[in-house]
Amino acid sequence: MMKDLNISVKHLTRVEGHGNIEVDIKNGEILKCQLDIVEAPRFFEAMVRGKSYFEVPHITSRICGICSIGHTFASIQAVEDAFDFKPDETTMLLRKLLLHGETLQSHTLHIYFLAAPDFLKAPSVFPLLNTHPDVVKRALRMKWLANYICDKIGGRTVHPISTRPGGFTKYPTKESLLDLKEKLTKGIEDLNETVKLFKTLKMPEFERKTEFISLKSVNEYPFYDGDLLSSEGYSVSKKEYRKVTNEFIVKHSTAKHCKAKLDSIMVGALARVNNNFNLLNKEAKAAATELNFKPICYNPFMNNIAQLIEIVHAHYDSIRLIDLLLDCDLSTPSYDITPKAGEGVGAVEVPRGILYHNYIFDEKGKLVKANCIIPTNQNLENIDLDMKALVPKILDKSKEEITLLLEMLVRAYDPCISCSTHLLNVSFK
Amino acid sequence: MSKVRVAFFDFACCEGCQLNVLNCEDKLLDILNNIEIVNFREAMSEASDNYDIAFIEGSITRECDIPRLKKIRENAKILITLGSCSSIGGVNAIKNNFDLEDVRNEVYGNQKDYFETTLARPIDAVVKVDYKIYGCPIHREEFVRIITSLLAGQQPYIPNHPVCVECKLKDNFCVFDKGMTCLGPLTRAGCGARCPSEGNYCVGCRGMVDEPEVNAHFDILKKYNLSIDDIKNKFEIYYSYYRKKFENIYNAR
Repeated sequence: MMKDLNISVKHLTRVEGHGNIEVDIKNGEILKCQLDIVEAPRFFEAMVRGKSYFEVPHITSRICGICSIGHTFASIQAVEDAFDFKPDETTMLLRKLLLHGETLQSHTLHIYFLAAPDFLKAPSVFPLLNTHPDVVKRALRMKWLANYICDKIGGRTVHPISTRPGGFTKYPTKESLLDLKEKLTKGIEDLNETVKLFKTLKMPEFERKTEFISLKSVNEYPFYDGDLLSSEGYSVSKKEYRKVTNEFIVKHSTAKHCKAKLDSIMVGALARVNNNFNLLNKEAKAAATELNFKPICYNPFMNNIAQLIEIVHAHYDSIRLIDLLLDCDLSTPSYDITPKAGEGVGAVEVPRGILYHNYIFDEKGKLVKANCIIPTNQNLENIDLDMKALVPKILDKSKEEITLLLEMLVRAYDPCISCSTHLLNVSFK
Repeated sequence: MSKVRVAFFDFACCEGCQLNVLNCEDKLLDILNNIEIVNFREAMSEASDNYDIAFIEGSITRECDIPRLKKIRENAKILITLGSCSSIGGVNAIKNNFDLEDVRNEVYGNQKDYFETTLARPIDAVVKVDYKIYGCPIHREEFVRIITSLLAGQQPYIPNHPVCVECKLKDNFCVFDKGMTCLGPLTRAGCGARCPSEGNYCVGCRGMVDEPEVNAHFDILKKYNLSIDDIKNKFEIYYSYYRKKFENIYNAR
């Protein structure tokens, strides 16, 4: 079909940070179809040079408010890797629980506040207060509970306080863990209602084969650490992260994107659920069946559903972690860690995909060099290729419908543009 | 009575302060009963330039952002900064301690010329600011308290005493006694001494009080065998924009 179309969405809403959708089609030929990033760069990798290993996680947490716990842990993990330090069991359990709090908070915010309004035909969550008050109140309850985990374990909802290289500055009391468990148990009802609601929302139909990259583990659904796994049937160690994040320059643009074996990669909830489906707990698997999700799924809109499946997993897994913590000695936190010269890599599954922090330290524990690769960067090429594959299929629709579908596609990735610490896809006129 | 129209904007930041506004879950419905949010890109697609109060998160780090900021100032009756980046420059200003050419080169290499950057500045370095809500991130309770005061037509109370006062009220052990160096004696309170209460030290995220008790602070440094440099290095995380001010106060000794 021959058609001219020009779409320019400046400062796409309901995403983190500033991005523009640019589409230019002449006589049915795609001249331009991409997501431009217009966020102000912040230069974190340059700023942390010379800072002590204790201060680096505090500073790099500020790369992103919404995944500040993930950044803190990727940073701490890189520090501990460089110093050959292995955290104790209590620390690991608390970190996993705190990371669940962030995943639950972020996924709930995304599916209810950022994505759902498109499906319920509203410009934002605020008008839904009148049309769907029960839905909004449930979303607020779920978000509150997720943040409550972060408050109780990390000391604060955004930018945790008690986390540090080596361990924690403060442990939660057993009373507060029991209280948390009770609240999580009560929260299961909201979880079930959420699955019921999203079952009724119809995700747009669209598929494009791509390569999913996630962390790899044998005994649990991996969020906190692990090697790197590709849906193309190979894996590499986290130290070799560059093999699955090969940055390359895009023709006609000075941008750098990421790819591995195929033309682009996708990271995040959909990649994780696809790659590690068998490691989900039984409740999450049951939710997947109810939501009609079958791995391997190549529909990026289903990332919304994959996030919900992870919400179910993380909710029940938090209860499991609390039970294990109740058997631990929580009297005095310990964090003996000794700096030494070396290089370390941290790889953590944050809500939007794998986050890498790679540091080099001198013998006093002062940072010499840093490299951070964030999930949204890894997804940018995939978003562009999805847009280019989707547009020709929907050209018979009105401009408004095409614009909405493209916005929904970009939103499904839950892009976090404020994380822009590294080379980004910027188009220059 | 028509509702007060409120807008949220951001420049160079992590959006954590706006997220903390959305994190006021239990108060959000009460707040929304009294205000109308007309611009909040992170959460909504509707957008209007007609507003009474503008909240701004983030620092100014590019000349190209200044016209947008001036437009917001023209539109808003009251302009309030949200968090450290917009109030005191915050972590963005750490880069001011380096040569900016070197900073761009470190992150973007031979493509550095595509990435404009200037010294990171707080909002009041460019336009007039009516109130500042400090913190990295902002404290949810403080945000609710300040917006409540404004809705009641009162001047919001912005603390100007050090974190130590709140820390003592919480019965915390002094952080210095635990062998750590703390910025509590100089840093503006209002957070409830959150970090010392969680077993950490105060990192100075709310910036310095207007008139620090320099003499008392020197007594503390002396007691714990610390130098001004120990404090200055720590203050570089949040207070780099005011480096000269800090040095002037202490070089006078």
